[in-house]
Amino acid sequence: MNKETNIFKKIVGNQLFIPLVALLILIVFNLINDPSFFALTIQNNIYGYPVLSGSIVSIIDFGSELAILAIGMTIVTAASGGQDISVGAVIAISGSTMLRALCGTNPQPETLRTSIFVAFLVGVIAAMICGAFNGLLVAFFKIPPMVATLILYTAGRSIAAWINENRLPMIYEPKFGYIGNFIPGIPIPTPVFIAAACMLVIALLHKFTNLKLYTQAVGINEESSRLNGINPKLIKFSVFVILGVFVAVAALIKVTRISTITYSVIAKDIEMDAILAVALGGNSLSGGKYNVWASVLGAYVIQFLTTTLYKLQVRSDALPAYKAVVVIILVVISSPIVRDKFSRISKNLKSKKTENGGV
Amino acid sequence: MKKLKRLLSIVLTSAMVFSVAACGGQTKAEDDGLIHVGIINNDPNESGYRAANDKSLKEMFTEANGYKADFAYSLKNDEQIAAAQKFITDGVDYLLLSAADTAGWDTVLKDAQKAGTKVILFDRTIDADPSLYEASIVSDMDKEGQQAVDWLKSQNLSEYNIIHIQGVMGSAAQRGRSGALDAEAQTSGWNIVAQQTGEWSADNAQQIVQSVIDAKTPFNVIYAENDDMAKGAVAALDKAGITHGVDGEVLIVGFDCNKWALTELLNKNWNYDGQCNPFQASYIDDIIKKLEAGETISEKTIIMDEKGFDATTITQEDVDKYGI
Repeated sequence: MNKETNIFKKIVGNQLFIPLVALLILIVFNLINDPSFFALTIQNNIYGYPVLSGSIVSIIDFGSELAILAIGMTIVTAASGGQDISVGAVIAISGSTMLRALCGTNPQPETLRTSIFVAFLVGVIAAMICGAFNGLLVAFFKIPPMVATLILYTAGRSIAAWINENRLPMIYEPKFGYIGNFIPGIPIPTPVFIAAACMLVIALLHKFTNLKLYTQAVGINEESSRLNGINPKLIKFSVFVILGVFVAVAALIKVTRISTITYSVIAKDIEMDAILAVALGGNSLSGGKYNVWASVLGAYVIQFLTTTLYKLQVRSDALPAYKAVVVIILVVISSPIVRDKFSRISKNLKSKKTENGGV
Repeated sequence: MKKLKRLLSIVLTSAMVFSVAACGGQTKAEDDGLIHVGIINNDPNESGYRAANDKSLKEMFTEANGYKADFAYSLKNDEQIAAAQKFITDGVDYLLLSAADTAGWDTVLKDAQKAGTKVILFDRTIDADPSLYEASIVSDMDKEGQQAVDWLKSQNLSEYNIIHIQGVMGSAAQRGRSGALDAEAQTSGWNIVAQQTGEWSADNAQQIVQSVIDAKTPFNVIYAENDDMAKGAVAALDKAGITHGVDGEVLIVGFDCNKWALTELLNKNWNYDGQCNPFQASYIDDIIKKLEAGETISEKTIIMDEKGFDATTITQEDVDKYGI
């Protein structure tokens, strides 16, 4: 008896529980609605290479950027107890920098000015500078993260346009497009591999460094972590810089998908989805302990929801409303009052059961 | 820390006060023989259209052409109104306005009238009494949509299965371009297999088209309400190995006539691109010259000529001349 409730408690108490249930609901819904949703087919793309396609492939493909951002956003949330709302704008800045490095002043060059890898590194540096700027405001000036990142949220897209002097760079080099689409001969979309690589990196960081311990310590109690020899300012500053790296990777995928950039709409509102992914993963938005895998799962659930709604022909301007419903449910479930009530109910149930068992 | 914060706030406040003082301190423009124009526009970073629009205004209103121009940019109506008030106190001769929002302009335009500043609207109209402005130079979005739909009809496809990717819902461009297609789909029995807003974004358009491909719904026309979304849609087609353009399986219709989009037309990857003319500057120049010569403007609302390009007839000159 006791063991059973323990297992039950363990399952329900696991952070992965909520996103998994959400995922399950979506899968069951789509199975009932139209089983062909899960069909996988292999077809040739325009260049004659066989590629996998189907709704599931689309979800994993288009969810890549969000999953990558969710990783960084989780760590920022854990350490600073707030969220970075400038990631969409920083994607624009970083992407614009990459294209500037590749194109120079000629918006549609015949040959690229530098290698794609170098351009990516330049983009990473740009995003890390933006992250450092945010981190500086949060860690050293003690400005709440949402307010601090509001600056780049507002100004970022104009900066992005300014980097390319408002030209519209366009890359015709096919290799550039491989990153956002398919590498010839490999039937799985490249962004999937990039997202997997990011997950691997964060797993290794967790295993071999104190990143998780320190960020959680700072998030839970800044003062006591300081007394224990951790420098909270440095930790807060670094998590924003780390987020910058993830943002640059997401930017690379975004600009390579269509080999160009639109400053005003690229990755629009993606910060909200990333924050939602963190919340969906059951992480506290006010910092402290976190589970990065739950956030990643949350990101794919959001993309699953988006793709499902597209498939159902829900008007896409109504999408935010549906997401809002999900947010409301989540916030209510994870609020302390509801949690307390749940734990009291389950305790009552447990004690009743043991009483019955005793008789 | 606290001290630093206080210092910072003092510095910022004083900077603000000084900048306000600097604005207020300007006197009326001295008479230098130039026509002084204050131009209020939307942020040129908003889109390629706006960038081209801004560039054409900057090229027209130069000292060489007899103008002294000041520019103010904002996507927010209240900031635009504040800029307008500043221009009026500065004593500009003409106020050229592309309003962010249609409402809220009456008071400031009345002030302009009192101060003797003549107002010319471009690109966007406002809800104000026409006596408050001299002229309004606009695009007819309904006509743009209608031209594209007429062209689509003239293709005489055996059946029409259309993916319709809309702009931001409620914007003038979206309403005009969607309206024409909706009406024609009803009367001619065209089948719209998907109709969703891509919010002008290539990303969203790609996902919308991908979802139709994944659902294996057949389609043969993509009607995207701007070039970026058409590009996103084409990226999804390329991924799925569906041919497009002239002699392709799917017809591609875009709008705005970006230079790169017209190049796609020239390369026969797309089929049609509708223009949204950003070059109002020459029209405005005409009107100012007429007003300065004491002529009256017969028609307040001036609708610009707008073209539509077909991939089978477009030439390199068209790309160079009309591409933005």
